Amino acid sequence: MLDALASMLANADFWSAVLRIATPLVFGTVGVLLCERVGVLNLGIEGIMVAGAFTGWLAVHAGAGLWTGVLVAAVTGALFGLLHGILTVPLALSQHVSGLGITMFATAVAYYAYRVSFPNVSTPPTIATFAEMSWLGVPVLAAQTPMTLVAIALVPLVAWVLYRTPLGLALRMVGENPAAAEGQGLSVYALRIGSIAAGSALMGVAGAFLTLSAFNSFFFNMVNGRGWICVALVVFAGWRPGKALFGALLFAFFDAMQLRLQQSDAGALPYQAWLMLPYVLSILALVAVARRASYPQALMRPYRKGER
Amino acid sequence: MRLEARGAVSPAMALAAPVVAVAFTLAVAALFVAWAGAPVGRTYALIFEGGFGSRFAWSETLTRATPLILTGLAAAIAFRARLYNIGAEGQLYAGALAAVAVGGLHGGTGFDLPPALLLVAMFAAAALAGGLLMALPAFAKTRFGVDEVVTTLLLNFIVLLFVSMMLDGPMKDPAAMGWPQSVALREELELPKLVERTRVHAGLLIAIGLAVLSWTAMRATTFGFEVRAVGANPRAARFAGVPVARTLLLVALASGAAAGLGGAIEVAGRTGYVTLDMSPGYGYTGIVIAMLAGLNPLGVVAAAVFVAGVLVGADSMSRAASVPTYIADVIVAVALIAMLVAALAARYRIRLR
Repeated sequence: MLDALASMLANADFWSAVLRIATPLVFGTVGVLLCERVGVLNLGIEGIMVAGAFTGWLAVHAGAGLWTGVLVAAVTGALFGLLHGILTVPLALSQHVSGLGITMFATAVAYYAYRVSFPNVSTPPTIATFAEMSWLGVPVLAAQTPMTLVAIALVPLVAWVLYRTPLGLALRMVGENPAAAEGQGLSVYALRIGSIAAGSALMGVAGAFLTLSAFNSFFFNMVNGRGWICVALVVFAGWRPGKALFGALLFAFFDAMQLRLQQSDAGALPYQAWLMLPYVLSILALVAVARRASYPQALMRPYRKGER
Repeated sequence: MRLEARGAVSPAMALAAPVVAVAFTLAVAALFVAWAGAPVGRTYALIFEGGFGSRFAWSETLTRATPLILTGLAAAIAFRARLYNIGAEGQLYAGALAAVAVGGLHGGTGFDLPPALLLVAMFAAAALAGGLLMALPAFAKTRFGVDEVVTTLLLNFIVLLFVSMMLDGPMKDPAAMGWPQSVALREELELPKLVERTRVHAGLLIAIGLAVLSWTAMRATTFGFEVRAVGANPRAARFAGVPVARTLLLVALASGAAAGLGGAIEVAGRTGYVTLDMSPGYGYTGIVIAMLAGLNPLGVVAAAVFVAGVLVGADSMSRAASVPTYIADVIVAVALIAMLVAALAARYRIRLR
């Protein structure tokens, strides 16, 4: 058992798998973080990832370039984010229910559109995906696609915006104390909706990673709870971008490990028990950090002008 | 944009809200139908006919509505206390599994009880399985402050994998020739059919009975009052002496039990055994039903029949027209969002400036 573990950890393929599994989670988690930092829960992520995976793939299948596909997925995500923003910010509807509604709507639209576009296919059509960056020459990174680099670069960028720019200060203020932000002459509605749209665009890109990089076609149930895991990871990360990257990598580490152990003879456990592990770990992580989690103060509190 | 509370919601307004929401939904879905290149009027006619147009259509719709009433109740009860139970899907499967464990697995050797007693034990086990599955996240919420939405969502995946494990292992049907399905329920435990030569079964009466019971409990008991108080304002409820944590735990048990019973009733009334695809998302659809019903348990029955009719009708329509059956999911999702906005508009004036 220990030998198997040691040889696994010494294997570059294993660490490549960790980075590959982590990439959509990094996009998604940073996306959720941008929404929650301005005070709005976005349970639309699961469906937005499905929609992004579909539209990005459809664009490439129709002849567009791969980066155009990523852009299309981002725009798709932003549009659903805009809808969620309007429903939850000025209309102040339940963020839980609106988010679930967005997930159902986005998923339904994507599946419907897939069936309309490809009425009679038994095997899903494929596309040429992003290539590995073998020219890079660095062992683990060379096995990744450029989208992984973008994901890693995104983390310091978002951290810099949030903590080092006036815009970031305004965003954080809107999520902590919207009345004070309004007092500074900031528009709470515009900042919230804008940040939700930006975060949702990243969720769309997270989905596109699945179809444009990890797999080469679109199929049903391909997101498979990854969105919900991102929501859990943000709590685990204490709403900080750096910790979100760490959380995504840690999660991916365990996921890659269970995939290997499933195949080895390390356990006589049924494969389903291994597959449960990532979900169980997410719940345990939530319970472990919940007590000392410092939520954005205005999370899930709609803001109404002139009301306390 | 600004929201101005209307003084009192007029009954006309409250009735108009769902009508406007449904009309808006049909208009949006018409765009999707037109996009697929099908005639809108004929498609809608086919959906209506397939869902409500004949004796057979009604029987299929009511059969489909049965589990939906129960998952709708699960959501309506919990959401009333602002406990967001998104785990009804998992609780339904847990209930189905528990039902077969009691009423099928032992084939008379383990539980040598008279059928009537075994039936009660079977439903009790299913309710308990669903209830406990929801009690865990509720406990984590009240004790550790863990948001129940994420935990209940994640539990759905865990339960489905557990079901898959059971169907491969101890509960596998040896006669199923490799199909992942559980051993069958004992024949005398199957629920009787209500109408001959249809699939409508006594589970429908149980579901409606539970809806009436929940409605009464919410309106006429201290517990119902406490649930509404906790949902309206937990701090004020605590100040008024309502035991908030205990109320939430009881709500969780009741909500999970409803979904668990839904699973048992599906097994006892329709399938006879557990499979991994016995629920095409009944748990999630239940949330939409609860919202369409305005969290009113009696409204849940009506909303479940409506949604079941759309689902059944879309299935039958897609066999005749070139519109994918996913149109039903589009309709249900748009109806949820439209209903949220319509209910808001009934309570508030939405001022653009």
